[in-house]
This record gives sequence, C-alpha cells and structure tokens, in this order.
Amino acid sequence: MAISVDTPEESRDLAGKAGYTYPLLSDPKTETIRKYDLVHKGAGMNGHDIARPAEFLVDRAGIVRWRNLTEDFRVRARPEQMIEAARSLH
Amino acid sequence: MSRRFNWPLWTGFVLSVAAFASYFAFFIRFPATRDVPVPSLLLFAGAIALLVIGLRRATTRRVLAWIVTVVGVAIGVFFCVALFVGTKLLPASKHAPAVGTKAPEFVLLDTNRKPVALSQLIATPGNKAVILIFYRGYW
Repeated sequence: MAISVDTPEESRDLAGKAGYTYPLLSDPKTETIRKYDLVHKGAGMNGHDIARPAEFLVDRAGIVRWRNLTEDFRVRARPEQMIEAARSLH
Repeated sequence: MSRRFNWPLWTGFVLSVAAFASYFAFFIRFPATRDVPVPSLLLFAGAIALLVIGLRRATTRRVLAWIVTVVGVAIGVFFCVALFVGTKLLPASKHAPAVGTKAPEFVLLDTNRKPVALSQLIATPGNKAVILIFYRGYW
C-alpha cells in the first residue's frame, strides 16, 4: 500500500487516474511519516512537510525484511525489485 | 552575406529548450530515461556544440549571439544541477525502521475514509507480506 500526505479525496483521484488497485493511505499530519523518520521538511507546495520516497517490505510478524531509501527522489524502487524482495521471503 | 541566418546558433538554442522540455514531458515517464537521462544529456551536448559553432560563425550581432549561447548553455547547466544535485537533497532518515526491526504500527484513512491499520493488513488471510510505499504525493 502507498502512503502520502495527500487527502483521501486526492488519493482517490490519483488511484482512479492511474488505475492503482492497492490501498492509498492518507497521512496529512505526517504522523506515520514522522514515526518512520521519513519527513522531508518543507519540500511540498507552500513549504509543507511531505514524505521522502521510501519502500519497506513487512512480513507477517510485522518485521521489516527489505527496505529502499533512495538517495535521489527521482530514483525509486522499481516494481520488479519489490516483487523480487517479496519472493525472497519464502 | 554577413546578414545570413545563423542556423547553428538558433538550432542549438531551440534544441536546448527542447532537451529541457522533453525530459519533463516525455523521458520522465520511463524509469530508464528518468533515472539516468542519457537522451536528454545527448540532446544538451548537441545543443551546446551547435551553439558554440554558431557563436564562432557570428560575424555581426555578436552580442545577440553571445546572449543566445549563454542562455542556451545555462538551460543545460540548470537541468544538470536540478537533476543531479537538487533531487539528492533528502533527509538522512537515520531512524527509519531497519531490516530486522519491527515496523511501527499505524492507523491511517484510506480513500474511502476507512481507517486501515498495519497490523490488520498483515493479519489479513492470504497476505504473505505488506509493501509500504511512502511517496511525495501531490500536496
């Protein structure tokens, strides 16, 4: 699932336009983003705090098994990398 | 003769603008050309080569030729700084959950304003794992 500071309505528009079928969750107050230490201060429109891109694979025990913290926000984990990480769990 | 249209200069300038615009309009859509913008850099290299040829060829209106060249090259420099420096200005995230540690629990609203908990997603029968993707959003 994907998490951003967008409101549920904005996320719904995005999911509709892009055809995403996984849940998009809203964290407008950056509570969860802060908990994961992923706040990019003032990087949003009008200086709002937003999330820096990051991906985590969490297993059934709630343990992080793989993560990707990009050093360049243009460069994100590709779907095949995440699928590969998920496959390696078995 | 001296009033002849300086095509390398103006082609170089147009190419520089096109190299800049085409990245955001087109190449950004594909992971390969977004992450390592080889086509854009080649376009800029061509643009700068043409600008330099045009500048050397300019016998009249040298000031205009210089301005066009400097602006054309500046677009390329701005592009490189924005892409190779600007996008790396990210927080260190030293306390982000590491591999082998517990992912902090959270409850957030989905697009139907329904609360969704991480623990509940993990426990959903059939789910072997959960991928959390944090993204910048459209703010």
